[in-house]
Amino acid sequence: MTIALGIETSCDETSVAIVESSPNEERLRVHCNLIATQFDLHAKFGGVVPEIASRAHLQKLDLLVREALESTGIAPADLDVVTVTCMPGLIGTLLVGVTAARTLAWSWDKPLLGVNHIHAHATSAAIELDAPPWPAVALVVSGGHTSLYHVRDWDDISLLGATIDDAAGEAFDKVAAILELGYPGGPIVDRRAATGNPAAVAFPRSMLKGESLDFSFSGLKTAVLYEVHGRGNTSGGLVGITEERIADICASFSQAVVDVLVAKTRQAVRSTGARSVVVGGGVAANSVLRRDLTAACSADGIAVHLTPMRYCTDNAAMIASHGIRLFERGHRSDLALGASANVKD
Amino acid sequence: MNRDTTITLTTHSVEETLALGERIGRGLTGGDCLALVGQLGAGKTYLVKGIARGLGVKNERSVNSPTFVLVNEYNGRVAIHHLDAYRLGSADELIDLGFEEMCADASIAIVEWADRVPEAMPANSLWIRIEVAGETDRRIEIRCSDATLAKRLADAGVGPSR
Repeated sequence: MTIALGIETSCDETSVAIVESSPNEERLRVHCNLIATQFDLHAKFGGVVPEIASRAHLQKLDLLVREALESTGIAPADLDVVTVTCMPGLIGTLLVGVTAARTLAWSWDKPLLGVNHIHAHATSAAIELDAPPWPAVALVVSGGHTSLYHVRDWDDISLLGATIDDAAGEAFDKVAAILELGYPGGPIVDRRAATGNPAAVAFPRSMLKGESLDFSFSGLKTAVLYEVHGRGNTSGGLVGITEERIADICASFSQAVVDVLVAKTRQAVRSTGARSVVVGGGVAANSVLRRDLTAACSADGIAVHLTPMRYCTDNAAMIASHGIRLFERGHRSDLALGASANVKD
Repeated sequence: MNRDTTITLTTHSVEETLALGERIGRGLTGGDCLALVGQLGAGKTYLVKGIARGLGVKNERSVNSPTFVLVNEYNGRVAIHHLDAYRLGSADELIDLGFEEMCADASIAIVEWADRVPEAMPANSLWIRIEVAGETDRRIEIRCSDATLAKRLADAGVGPSR
């Protein structure tokens, strides 16, 4: 039995989790997965705190660690390892988490392990699986990232391709902004798309050159802008626009994004010979993506594992889960662990 | 007192916008701060790709939108911090990201959607406004209040359309 504490502070969310692995089963047990924005800290704080500031993470982190231990009845002595996101992300907020993890590991006399945030997203679909899905192609698709990885094992992950401009989740948010539908855009566009015609507008599917597994969604965003306002125009198109037309644009845009994601994922499966596909990140919630990717992989005889919704957005359960698997494979970090804004691969 | 130098030009394709960015990048040096303004789909991120190319960033693919991650860092001739104020609520939030340190002598800061946080931008910032002037045409206005920066940009070939 191995128990890991996980800490995530790479961007907006402060999160702390405790995860346990058992030698008798593949499935991990998530004891708790506390995310500050989904957890009422206001009473304990007595005021509103800024969302993205490093000091906000600092204030929340201590409370979340205490809450995680108290609510689960797990004592620091029961822990086997302290895991923490050390890259990529905002350097200031990453350093808050890394410094806290270093301090806790030192004072509790426990091993420390730094985790790559994107690798944790790439493996999050496996947290509660009964059998390992590797080797797999992992699609990580969120507001900040759109990447394909070849995952041979928890600690053997290579990048196949990534967006060269906008992330898919960002495209959803910006299309919602163009149509003035509100924020966050992903769920809203998904809902409006449900009643629209996905073939109403022939939006471009940017596949890039040759066998590239990179993505580009910037041109699609601009195409939606012109579809709404007219070629070369950027305003005026929303006056008198009908609900049907908004639904058609949302449906056609969603289909264009999903067609590219599905095509590139299939291409990655062919080029790697992987037998399964795992999907992580916030856009994994998109209903068109879930439907089309499941259908496409089923036709190819490939298993698809979608990350459970509670592990799709930034969270510490995926950090502790990824970290516990690395720990079991012998990985350790030095107590001098640093943070890095970028990933060098 | 310095008079502002304003250059206005039009690019006709993404490639021309990238090439203009590359010329701007060649004229930059550590300590410069760029404020980018332009609506969704105007091409701000692609102009930054060009600027990064001009600053010697090898992996141009890594230059992508920082809207969600808030800050991207690239290594060229100098360190480049590529920020995005689209999701920020106030200038204070930009400061909280460490913006003042990013404007220091050793690095270049480029802020997309800078018109959302004008009070956070240094007085000598290079303001670049991109307007959609047609399907692929972009009208780009470059306003510079720093005479030495204006000279460096002119030497790098940044001037009105010929």
